[in-house]
Amino acid sequence: MLSIKNLNYTVNTEKGQLDILKDINLDIDSGKFIVITGPNGGGKTTLAKAIMGLVEATSGSIVYEGEELVGKSVTERARLGVSYGFQQPPRFKGMQVIDMLSIAAGKKLKNADCCEYLTKVGLCAEEYVNREIDTSLSGGEVKRIEIASILARNASLMIFDEPEAGIDLWSFAKLTETFENIHRNSDSTIIIISHQERIIRLADELILVSGGSVTKRGSVADVFPDIMDDTKIGCTLMEADK
Amino acid sequence: MSKKMTEIERNLLREIADLHKIPEGAYNIRKDGELDGRNSTANIEIVNKEDVPGIDIIIKPGTKNESVHIPVIITKTGHSEVVYNDFYIGDDADVLIVAGCGIHNSGCDTSQHDGIHTFHVGKNARVKYFEKHYGDGDGTGERIMNPKTVIHMEENSYIELDMAQIRGVDSTNRETVVDAAAGAEVVFMERLLTHDKQKAYSDMVINLNGEGAKTRVISRSVAQDDSEQIFRPIVNGNAPCFGHVQCDSIIMGHGKVSSVPAISANHVDAQLIHEAAIGRIAGDQLLKLMTLGLSAEEAEEKILTGFLK
Repeated sequence: MLSIKNLNYTVNTEKGQLDILKDINLDIDSGKFIVITGPNGGGKTTLAKAIMGLVEATSGSIVYEGEELVGKSVTERARLGVSYGFQQPPRFKGMQVIDMLSIAAGKKLKNADCCEYLTKVGLCAEEYVNREIDTSLSGGEVKRIEIASILARNASLMIFDEPEAGIDLWSFAKLTETFENIHRNSDSTIIIISHQERIIRLADELILVSGGSVTKRGSVADVFPDIMDDTKIGCTLMEADK
Repeated sequence: MSKKMTEIERNLLREIADLHKIPEGAYNIRKDGELDGRNSTANIEIVNKEDVPGIDIIIKPGTKNESVHIPVIITKTGHSEVVYNDFYIGDDADVLIVAGCGIHNSGCDTSQHDGIHTFHVGKNARVKYFEKHYGDGDGTGERIMNPKTVIHMEENSYIELDMAQIRGVDSTNRETVVDAAAGAEVVFMERLLTHDKQKAYSDMVINLNGEGAKTRVISRSVAQDDSEQIFRPIVNGNAPCFGHVQCDSIIMGHGKVSSVPAISANHVDAQLIHEAAIGRIAGDQLLKLMTLGLSAEEAEEKILTGFLK
């Protein structure tokens, strides 16, 4: 169970304080597949980063499997089973894909193990195992390696921040299939921030974050039509789904 | 490797040449200025120089898939030497050469090795050359290594150099000069890590003299603590040729790095490129690895290991 209570995140700007997250309250049962959606700048990524510890909440509580995460480091949260796929993952000169996936898995992986993870994200595995994660890879390739690292991590809570961004249509189809399989075959909780209808349709529950708050929550069947009817948010989603 | 070797000496050999036992093929092990072991083969002859300290390594034309190991170790504090090693690599040969120097200094006097290596790479010959410098010991005496590498490349020859200094060397002045004839190719990888108050200076001049000559220079370095590094790789394109120089450095603590790559085209069809980047470890790199369960220190170590690999 992931339980978020009265979570706030405020930053100081030249114009004064800006509330990025406002009194977020969420309970997410273990094993659920949740999609968080909403307009750009609404607070989705900040919420995900707050769970991972990449931003430190101004106030509030985040309890995961009985452990308070607020105040814990990124490393401690990772060791408690939280993982996070970056929207714009960094590159590492000299570090090979097999090195990254081995770090994620916590053990030295064999080529065959790496190939399995890479295939799941639509990469022709043999070609990539020994490639360096540097500027020789395209943004889409780095993104897919990032997602593969989360699969290799196999954490109990997997958070993906817009996994579809920068990924071609063919790989995207493979990716949605992979998310579906993880959900079907493991006990991991999956939280995906996405604007893509095909990902949204996979979710057990859909959460709309807008203006720093949770404004809607429910089954896809209940919530999605409402979102699409909302002119501002619906346009954002339709644009993203093109 | 003689039976009289101590554990310290064996450790130095492991560090610089990955030697756990007597190497196969030709070898020459130099210890504290003296010969500790040597083996020539039917195709690779090692002989003493007559006029100066050092050896000539003569590789017959057409020699394939053979190797030469020529490690140097110094364990006597205050020992200082200048050694001249010349490599004559015959036409069409294809060989591996493993050099390297390890200094263990547990005393208070400076120990120093200046190695001057000159390569004569014959037509169509291919050479892979590994050289690693390493220092340890708890003495206050400095560990200094000044390698000079001169390479004369004949037509269509190829040499790949992997030269590394990973920890323990207080001061180094590295000098490399390459003359490449038509069709010759040199690939140069230099990896340096300095820490504490160490200093490393690397000067390199690659002259692409013949049509179709190529070079790729990759320099990766890490300057930690109060250490200081200066790189000056220069590529001169004197013919229709291709050269690419890439210098990447990470600075940590109060480390200082100056990277001054230079390319000089003296022919209208010379294509030369240089890139240089210096910076600290990016915060998002650290965070990414921390999200995979590594501590900040472990993440830093992994990033540096990958960078210098």
